[in-house]
Amino acid sequence: MTVDAAAWDALRLSLWVACWATILAVPLALWVAWILARRDFWGKTALNAAVHLPLVLPPVVTGYLLLSLFGRTAPLGQALESIGLRLAFHWSGAVLAAIIMGFPLMVRAMRLAIEAVDPKLEEAALTLGAPRRDVFMRVTLPLIVPGILAGAVMGFAKAVGEFGATITFVANIPGQTQTLPSAIWSALQIPGAEGRAAAMVLMACVLAVGAIVLSELLAKRVAQRIAGT
Amino acid sequence: MSLIVDIQHRFGDFDLTVAFEAGPGITALFGRSGAGKTTVVNAVAGLLTPDQGRVRFDDQTLFDSTTGQDLPADKRHFGYVFQDARLFPHLTVRQNLEFGAKYTQNAPVASLDETADLLGLQGLLARAPNTLSGGEKQRVALGRALLSQPRMLLMDEPLASLDGPRKQDILPFLEQLRDGLFTIPILYVSHAVDEVARLADRLVLLQDGQVRAQGPLFDVMADPAAVPLLGVREAGAVLEAEVCAHADDGLSTLRLSAGNLELPGVQAAVGSTVRLRVLAQDVILSLDRPDGLSSVNILPVKIDQVHPGDGPGAAIALSSGTDRLLARVTARAVKEMRLHQGMHCFAIIKATTVAPGSIGR
Repeated sequence: MTVDAAAWDALRLSLWVACWATILAVPLALWVAWILARRDFWGKTALNAAVHLPLVLPPVVTGYLLLSLFGRTAPLGQALESIGLRLAFHWSGAVLAAIIMGFPLMVRAMRLAIEAVDPKLEEAALTLGAPRRDVFMRVTLPLIVPGILAGAVMGFAKAVGEFGATITFVANIPGQTQTLPSAIWSALQIPGAEGRAAAMVLMACVLAVGAIVLSELLAKRVAQRIAGT
Repeated sequence: MSLIVDIQHRFGDFDLTVAFEAGPGITALFGRSGAGKTTVVNAVAGLLTPDQGRVRFDDQTLFDSTTGQDLPADKRHFGYVFQDARLFPHLTVRQNLEFGAKYTQNAPVASLDETADLLGLQGLLARAPNTLSGGEKQRVALGRALLSQPRMLLMDEPLASLDGPRKQDILPFLEQLRDGLFTIPILYVSHAVDEVARLADRLVLLQDGQVRAQGPLFDVMADPAAVPLLGVREAGAVLEAEVCAHADDGLSTLRLSAGNLELPGVQAAVGSTVRLRVLAQDVILSLDRPDGLSSVNILPVKIDQVHPGDGPGAAIALSSGTDRLLARVTARAVKEMRLHQGMHCFAIIKATTVAPGSIGR
């Protein structure tokens, strides 16, 4: 096993992309999970299907769709580039791909947590004089924090591991858009580079296991706080 | 202080049309399950918007379908004690009690400490709700509602999920609320006649979404027309009596306006006033003053009304001095004894049939 600078670069980029994707996606996923769990509106089924689509589409198809929307020759891509936001073949595109691919997992975990909150508790808070905003902050939010954390960790892990859509949308440029999975894939294409690949596979495993352990610990702590022990 | 409710609401093929007034003290909303009681309380609390009607509290309109007014639940300041305590699971007992404090401008009637003392919660303050028994949870829920300084308390079957001994844990607290520290009006929903008879000042009888009778508790309970609404085995007048003496054999002498009753299991002090519930089916009528009976509780009565029932029974409204009683006899007895309005006779009350739980302050 050999770990070279390129491997560290790939790891650093993967973590960078995953952090950004998680930070940006959590509030949006929470909002979508909330309206799916609590609101009835026209087009709810369509929204639910759209959220889950990346889970069932081949990732390469998602990547292709992103490229046709945000590519450097696509109108939307050109418009964004004119205001200085470049997505295709750039690490920010990897963030977008990671958000979209991780979104269904996040929304699912958060929606389950929201649905598990008994609306009767919120009614009780209202009758005690708490305005809606306070009901959310003091009752609902503390009860769904474990679900939010679980969703965030799932989204983070998915972002670290995303491959198909990312490589299609932002390619595989070492030091710029080469994430850990892309780097592993590249290493496997070169005869004799199995040692490098193995090192990066180990990194990915440590990261994945770490994420799961962290989410378990966080969930346990929150659950203990809720149980009041 | 008065709450005026006049609402119509329809869900599915259930029609609710309810109009009543709740004054000071405890107003009981009584009805079998499915009568629409919870819907009414939720409409008062602002948790449900009725199709039509008005809800007013003193001079304030809380809901009016004609003007579109609908004050949100958090602005109504009605404490609500639910059947399932609904304590916040992520907060301690103390934090639950403190929850509503920041939303009221009213000066506290009682501090958290005083309320915890009253409800016996001092040892529980640091505990988590899911470690409490059913009765403890309900007491915390009651304390939490009281500490939000409500102008009225809504209680939806607060004792229904508790077993007998646990109920006896809480009933004295409710009596204290009525008589003591918090002179707060209460709308009390129940399907248990014994709770209502013990606690309420006013009674509203609800059946199939309609108000069938309402008025002061003593009047409604003594109304023979209310017998089928309360259930023939549960119906019976409620009396107030003064405790005169406690004898060594366990019987106590209670003074009514036209005679005395000797009853067991009376705990109240001599000189105090207690409520008695005398079941209609436990009152026997006799044309002559009976002699040589094992029961010593015989009151001279006058028949106010003979109310034939749908079945083989009849309900007889009686007055004894200024007290009113209700007796349930067979239609055949009415015929053979020629019972009629204005007739004088004697009522025999079996002493042991007045359960301790039916005796309250």
